[in-house]
Amino acid sequence: MSEIRSKVLIVEDEADIRRFVRLALESEGHEVFEADCIKRGLIEAGTRRPELVILDLGLPDGDGVDFIRDLRGWSTCPVIVLSARSNETDKIAALDAGADDYLVKPFGAGELLARIRAQFRRRLQQAAVNEPLIRFGDVCIDLTRRVVERKGEPLHLTPIEYRLLTYLAAQPDRVVTHRQLLKVVWGPGHAEDTHYVRVHMANLRKKIEDDASMPRHVITEAGIGYRFVLGV
Amino acid sequence: MKDERADPDQLLDRLNAEEARARRGKLKIFFGASAGVGKTYAMLSAARDAQAQGASLTIGIVETHGRSDTEAMARGLPRLDMKEIDHRGKKLSEFDLDAALAYGAGNPDGRVLVDELAHTNVPGSRHPKRWQDVQELLDAGVDVWSTMNVQHLESLNDIVSGITGIRVWETVPDRIFDEADEVVVVDFPPDELLERLRQGKVYLPQQADRAAKNFFRKGNLLALRELALRRTADRVDGEMQAYRSRSSTSPVWPNRESLLACIGSGEQGEKIVRVCARLAAQLDVPWHAVHVESPEKSEASERRRQGVLRVLKLAQELGATSTELSSPAVAPALVRYAHEHNLSRLVIGRPEQRWRWPGQRTLGDELEAEASDLDILRVALEKNVPAKRASPDRPAARTPTHWKGYAAALAICGAIALLATPLLGVLELSNIVMLFLLAVVGVALLHGRGPAILAAFVGVCLFDFFFVSPRFSFAVSDVQYLLTFAVMLFVALVVGQLTAGLKIQVEAVTERERRVSGLYDMSRDLSAALMVEQVAEIGSRFLAMEFGVKSALLVADDHDHLNVLPGATTEVDLGVAQWSFERGEAAGRGTDTLPASKCLVLPLKATMRLRGVIAIEPKETGLLGPEHRRLLDTCASLMAISIERIHYIDVAQKTTLQMESERLRNSLLSAISHDLRNPLASLVGLADALQLTKPPPTGQQQELVLAMRSSAMRMNALVNNLLDMARLESGAVQLNRQWQPLEDVVGSALGACASILEGHPLTVRLAPDLPLLHFDAVLIERVLVNLLENAGKYTPPDTPIEIKARAEGDSVVVRVNDEGPGLPSGREDAMFEKFVRGKSESATPGVGLGLTICRAIMQAHGGTIRGETRATGGASFVLTLPRGEPPNDDGGTAGIVEAFVEHGK
Repeated sequence: MSEIRSKVLIVEDEADIRRFVRLALESEGHEVFEADCIKRGLIEAGTRRPELVILDLGLPDGDGVDFIRDLRGWSTCPVIVLSARSNETDKIAALDAGADDYLVKPFGAGELLARIRAQFRRRLQQAAVNEPLIRFGDVCIDLTRRVVERKGEPLHLTPIEYRLLTYLAAQPDRVVTHRQLLKVVWGPGHAEDTHYVRVHMANLRKKIEDDASMPRHVITEAGIGYRFVLGV
Repeated sequence: MKDERADPDQLLDRLNAEEARARRGKLKIFFGASAGVGKTYAMLSAARDAQAQGASLTIGIVETHGRSDTEAMARGLPRLDMKEIDHRGKKLSEFDLDAALAYGAGNPDGRVLVDELAHTNVPGSRHPKRWQDVQELLDAGVDVWSTMNVQHLESLNDIVSGITGIRVWETVPDRIFDEADEVVVVDFPPDELLERLRQGKVYLPQQADRAAKNFFRKGNLLALRELALRRTADRVDGEMQAYRSRSSTSPVWPNRESLLACIGSGEQGEKIVRVCARLAAQLDVPWHAVHVESPEKSEASERRRQGVLRVLKLAQELGATSTELSSPAVAPALVRYAHEHNLSRLVIGRPEQRWRWPGQRTLGDELEAEASDLDILRVALEKNVPAKRASPDRPAARTPTHWKGYAAALAICGAIALLATPLLGVLELSNIVMLFLLAVVGVALLHGRGPAILAAFVGVCLFDFFFVSPRFSFAVSDVQYLLTFAVMLFVALVVGQLTAGLKIQVEAVTERERRVSGLYDMSRDLSAALMVEQVAEIGSRFLAMEFGVKSALLVADDHDHLNVLPGATTEVDLGVAQWSFERGEAAGRGTDTLPASKCLVLPLKATMRLRGVIAIEPKETGLLGPEHRRLLDTCASLMAISIERIHYIDVAQKTTLQMESERLRNSLLSAISHDLRNPLASLVGLADALQLTKPPPTGQQQELVLAMRSSAMRMNALVNNLLDMARLESGAVQLNRQWQPLEDVVGSALGACASILEGHPLTVRLAPDLPLLHFDAVLIERVLVNLLENAGKYTPPDTPIEIKARAEGDSVVVRVNDEGPGLPSGREDAMFEKFVRGKSESATPGVGLGLTICRAIMQAHGGTIRGETRATGGASFVLTLPRGEPPNDDGGTAGIVEAFVEHGK
């Protein structure tokens, strides 16, 4: 439905995966560029100016995290990383470095396309910066008045909960790590106290979710952080 | 030479001593002047009072001597059983130390009543004396009440025997009395005591009646009473002083006037030691006891030597540091020792005055000349003290060698006379004198001092008889020959003595050098040893060579069990060895512990811990002297250090190996996971891409593509399980534990299983008061996902699935319930084994690793997992996670960062 033609760069050393990603993306009408190593990837990114990068973390000539840091020096385009399961530390490092989302191998074409669409949608939303209201489910955040309402009733949030919610809601579909949240809300001195985030996030959930144990908006990415979903 | 600075070792010793005192049990002594004053009665009545107040105590041993009032007192108090000891066919009952130790271990606040502290145990008991049993109890932290009389105090022993005329052999070292935490004097006026005696109320041991009567005279009793009271007063005074010095800020190391008891080889060393001990106690200073073994005396009989060793041991019991020095000159050695150890007063014996050579000096004179800065105390020694505790086996061995030497002296002198007779005309008389002198030198070299003296006299006589005119008569015609004889005798004696002394000295030096080089060789060999067996071999070789003793090395394994190493040349009593190892003290022959044992057992103390023990079976029956003991201790510590070194080489090697294999395993696992997953990822992706081709695949093609995809996904799940299992089994998984609420992970697990659980109504009931838990979110999610997937797979569609959690005691219990067919009965536990599935021939895919992984994860978290069939028929998996202590701080009060960050990038 949302037909946005964009330039996408895929950096992946496995030719078969590149091929299927290209097939999938081209079926959506995107323009795809390929690279099989970090060096090549950075050159492609510099010359082609892609609007989205899909990056494998296990590349032969180095760490994908370095690629993200380099890229973030001059580009804010969304980055989706591909990684094997049980490599949480790699994923967290990539997300902290500036990646926006991750996909665990093996993944299906449908999943990939959905994630890509979400990233593009987020960029569109952020383009409309002057929108002071964020709505999801039956909750509405008024950023100018600093008021949160649910079903039209004002919702009482602590300052910490408000800060967590606005930070997450401002960037939907993006995976935010515990460390990022700690840094933003508590400051760099508390980067290791991840239970702060968890405790307050649990309280926040009870206030904004219908069922806190089956959340629809603040989704837990086990061992990594949270993803905020606006929902439909 | 005198170092005034505070010695850090001394400081450490003090700290250690204080700490040890805090752990030690408390000793309370009921102290009386003589038998019959009612010590036992007083102890028992105090025990009854304490028991009435709720204290726990037990009688270890109480000797009522058949007195009814005492027995009545003991009735009703708990009592330990006695130990039966078989001694020469007779069954003797004795205080059971092990039972008392066991009682102490079971009752930390309990105390044990042990009557008659000075009692001598039946041979074959662990310790020769009961006070040593009590020491062990105190060391183990058990409180003890005991009784003793004043005559049993070691340092007062000779005074008491002087008063009463009866020598008591059962004694207790003064330090036991002085270190007791409480002393209760049981006083009884002598008149009443005598009255009780007349009434037969006092138990008299089976000694001669007359002796006992002599003992219980009013004069004696008064003297003993005074002694007891005064001794107690001294003690109280000491406590007062100690209290004052503790509470004031006096310097820690006052310049103390310490004593040095110089013990000769005579029989009267004991007196010097006792006097010195009393003096040291009065002055409250440390003291040393030293015997200088000069090479001249090394010929001394074995019996004499045993006497010296016994005196040194007595000194040690009385609290001295005893040492044996080896030096040809006694006085300088003593002075050097005194200077080195900062001892300012020397106590020596003053022998009975006897006729002296003009110019001959006593030890005291020598000491005065040697060191004018030392005080010298001379103790009068009694005349003709009968040999005490004379051992019945008088050595008969000393005669043969000496006899031979004297015979040789006579023979050589005779030979010279015979040889020189025909040459009388040829040789000048003065040259013949030279020949005799040569003979004396030869005899001194070969046979030592005594024969040399004999040779000197015999030589003079023979010279006179055979060579000086008139010949063949002792008469002398020319008076000037008398001068010749005198000079000849004098020169012969002096040269002979010097030569003999030189010979002995050389022997002593050679002997010492040999020992040192032996020790050096051993330490060199030990430093090259790479196996404990080598250490055992080197050690036993050294001991056999240097001391001619048999030995065995026992090394402790990881569970503190002692194992005899091969190459042992003696059989070890494992009980002694284990005792020595556990206590870190020497045991067995020549020590206070189990002295009846065949071997002396020394602990091998290394830097980190005890490494084992070495058992040494001395060759002759004698005790091992302090000099030997020191060498043995050195040898033991060398071996201990070597064993420790070898142990750490082992540890280092094992660690390297483990690290190496871990590295290998990890790289292998990650290589496998990469190589297996990438093709699978391609397969899944390509199958998806096939559906996106244009024109789109037909219905049948579509089905094939989907089947391909789901096969690849299943394969992926399998690979994941196998790799996870390998990681968990190898211990390579590091838990990333964080404090977090359970609902977080429940939510993400439900999200991950959403497609499988579609159609099953889900209920989540988490208790509202669940605490934060400390777990690895990814792994616990894995457990929940596995359980939920199982529930989805094995239950009919549309049946409900339920997750419940609540805190129970120290843990949080999570239940995953379903309404399916339940678990196969009797196999609930087997399901958690590897490659086991509920139904062996099931169409449901899987290899049976899921639950095994769950169990491994739960165990890694210190939790459990079990499965059960519910009453309603469904299956229920129960997880428990320890609660731990969650952090109190939730960051709610921690400062919020004020600057609001921009949204997104």
